[in-house]
Amino acid sequence: MRFVIIGAGQAAAQAVATLASEGFSGSLTVVGEEPYPPYQRPPLSKAYMAGDFVRERLFLKPEAFYAESHCELRLGVTAAAIDRAAKTVTLSSGDTLAYDRLLFATGDRVRKLPCPGADLPGVYYLRGIDDSDALRRHLVAGKKLAVVGGGYIGLEVAAVVGKYGLHVTVVEAMDRLMVRSASPQVSEFYRKLHESHGVDIRLNQAVTAVEGKSWVEAVATGQGRIPADIVVAGIGVVPNCELALVAGLACDNGIVVDEFGATSDPDIFAAGDCTNHVSFHGKRVRLESVQNAIDQAKHAALAMLGKPTPYREVPWFWSDQYDIKLQIAGLVQPGDTAVVRGDPSTHKFSVFHLRDGIVAGVEAVNAAPDYIAGRRLIAARARVAPERIADTSVPAKQLG
Amino acid sequence: MPKITYIEQNGTERTVEVPVGWSVMEGAVKNRVPGIDADCGGACACATCHVYVDSAWLAKLPPRQEMEEQMLDFAQDVKPNSRLSCQIKVSPALDGLIVRTPRTQH
Repeated sequence: MRFVIIGAGQAAAQAVATLASEGFSGSLTVVGEEPYPPYQRPPLSKAYMAGDFVRERLFLKPEAFYAESHCELRLGVTAAAIDRAAKTVTLSSGDTLAYDRLLFATGDRVRKLPCPGADLPGVYYLRGIDDSDALRRHLVAGKKLAVVGGGYIGLEVAAVVGKYGLHVTVVEAMDRLMVRSASPQVSEFYRKLHESHGVDIRLNQAVTAVEGKSWVEAVATGQGRIPADIVVAGIGVVPNCELALVAGLACDNGIVVDEFGATSDPDIFAAGDCTNHVSFHGKRVRLESVQNAIDQAKHAALAMLGKPTPYREVPWFWSDQYDIKLQIAGLVQPGDTAVVRGDPSTHKFSVFHLRDGIVAGVEAVNAAPDYIAGRRLIAARARVAPERIADTSVPAKQLG
Repeated sequence: MPKITYIEQNGTERTVEVPVGWSVMEGAVKNRVPGIDADCGGACACATCHVYVDSAWLAKLPPRQEMEEQMLDFAQDVKPNSRLSCQIKVSPALDGLIVRTPRTQH
């Protein structure tokens, strides 16, 4: 059997690990666009950017792992085309790889600022090691950093660079931070948290232009001009599904896969950020997370081996900003009922989300017991009265 | 470099050198020690790097911090000597540390 994995990130590394632990003995090739073996991305906006973490620590597996797993890493090349009839992948190098089963683990790429001036030097994005390295060179005390986008990436960068003594402004087009993933209660907590660390948060301001002559000098919004020596844009990502689309696979905001990880071609699978899949709550989603990459890759690898098992894990996420850990489980939807447990002013609280009375999501701020209890309640589809959740005299463990 | 010994459930022992400042979890992952998943990469977010610390070494480790203490609730078969190995930072004082990996991380 010949397996080919396109993409060399978290999902690819997990698929290799699962195939190896299942005793796969065929040929296995991982094709990666970046020159690096699979590495962790979360530290790029946290410990690695802060300089607390040498590059070697980012790599998910030692080199010996790939050799022992009979896995060939083809790095610094891209997959240029797929011929599903011939079952081959043509690489940018001109080489052709034959496959019996193919896995898309292509992840996503950053959304670029669409406004005038966005291509000026001094505008950065954060996706890979090189991006983090490039940005870190500019972290010099006294400089002015404008972060465009008040999501996880932008806020984690804002939290890290503060310690370098930069003046940070976060510009967000919506009326609150982390609008796509957090509840209003959590957004408000993080606004106050960042402001208490001296970050200037500007909500309801869409960036209309990046200004400067040979280097960025400011970002313009409808409400004014924010001087900046460096700009970091964290305005979301786009799934890498073009290759799948051209190959005729079903795509809809990601590569469409079934609960086992198979695409519309039974010999082609997909896992991680690039997939549109049915999540534990029965609805189609595309998730951008380590957990989804790992768990979906496990299922996809098993399906490639002819041992399909449905992917039903409850999604979970985390974010580290300053000394605060945000842990989220489940998926919150508009219309869910939010129940706050604890007092945000103590920097230790959580928000539970109920859908038809059943626990559907939890966001825990420095409140691991609530997170753990929430994750279990979500998996059990437990029904818990809002008054009970809000009553902190009831230990988290006994909420169920 | 400090040496750390990892003992699997089946008794297999591996002694590896781990750089000062790295975690006991990283020492395992970089040296292909099985039984430690560390899905989150060491952010104390997943509790899949659970180990049992050898009783002779327990008192030499800094105690569990609150987040680790709480996240251990996710692990299976937690004992008084249970730790999340991503939260144990390797130092010269831990040269010779012995930890055992659990039956499962999930």
